[in-house]
Amino acid sequence: MDQSRRTFLRTAGIAVLGISGGGSYVAARAIAAGQHDGGKTAAGVRYALAIDTQKCAAQHGCTACITACHAEHNVPAVDVPEREIKWIWKEEAEHALHEYFDDYTSDELRRREIPVLCNHCDNPPCVRVCPTQATYKRADGPVMMDMHRCIGCRYCVVGCPYGARSFNYGDPREFLPNGEPTNARYPTRSKGVVEKCTLCTERLARGLRPACVEACPAGAMLFGDLEDPGSEIRAFLQTNFTVRRKAEVGTRPHVHYKL
Amino acid sequence: MYDRGIILTGLGAFLVVVLLPFWWGAAAGQPGADPPDLPAATAQPCVMEPAYMRAAHMDLLNRWRDEVVRNDARFFTAADGYGLESGRERDEKSLSLTCLRCHDKEQFCDRCHDYSGIAPTCWKCHVVPPGGE
Repeated sequence: MDQSRRTFLRTAGIAVLGISGGGSYVAARAIAAGQHDGGKTAAGVRYALAIDTQKCAAQHGCTACITACHAEHNVPAVDVPEREIKWIWKEEAEHALHEYFDDYTSDELRRREIPVLCNHCDNPPCVRVCPTQATYKRADGPVMMDMHRCIGCRYCVVGCPYGARSFNYGDPREFLPNGEPTNARYPTRSKGVVEKCTLCTERLARGLRPACVEACPAGAMLFGDLEDPGSEIRAFLQTNFTVRRKAEVGTRPHVHYKL
Repeated sequence: MYDRGIILTGLGAFLVVVLLPFWWGAAAGQPGADPPDLPAATAQPCVMEPAYMRAAHMDLLNRWRDEVVRNDARFFTAADGYGLESGRERDEKSLSLTCLRCHDKEQFCDRCHDYSGIAPTCWKCHVVPPGGE
């Protein structure tokens, strides 16, 4: 076959363009499909939380949700900041929701302490990076942990953009209040596993709301099913403007904050 | 055979060293301790028949673990209704809440595990309810 250098280069160039163009098209379609599933779940149920930070702030320094959650799940109280374990904690609004603030936002709003926790994302990076599928997405919303499978690699800790995951550097039982589990119904964790909020799946199974929601004296935390048009949380999101933490990174978080 | 004395002496010494655990046991007067006599459950019949539990309770617990954590299937009903007498409608698939309701960890679980030389990691996380209840 007679082929000059020029015709060979031309054919090869066209082939490369065609292959890369087709690949990009397929990738773009896949990404678009991923972005437009809109959080519809196979279970037909999508549990989520909404937090009214005005009602929360009116309680001035209240930590009822944190206390209730940590007692319910035997969360150890480790004093060392870089080793502390937390499922839900309070953060200044300016830090948790910085993208909504500018130089002229009121000081009250900046300093407002808001509860932050796992956002139970629709597209959770922690689940994507977990090499053992120890953390996984439940069909009805919660991002769950299977402590039996966790190998303590901490990829998920790095993957989570919200800092919602804590690693047990030591035996957590040593840091339980009075050295005893506060809730004998719930297991503790062992050294070397990652833990976080599970949206109280063990309480949902018994028909109860999450411990933090139940403990809030101001009724500032709402729990419900986003796919039920008649639910309280849907009504709240319809009548209030709410924001989510770092929604722009594409995790599709589902803890909604009213500022 | 050359060096018969040296070889036989060496073989003898070898056997003595290799079988040391047996000599040790014989000297201590425990030629194969009998399996511990486990106390019967305090109340109701078990969730499965004793023969099955004796042989395969670890399989059952592993299955319960996967079903509860991965599938949120938290309640257990024995196929033949075994274990469902005495007013219990259904049992939670839970080591702490169901098994330890009747069995004492130290008297029941630990004694047999110690005898068999097994150290299950269940107890690192799962809580023994206070007062055996």
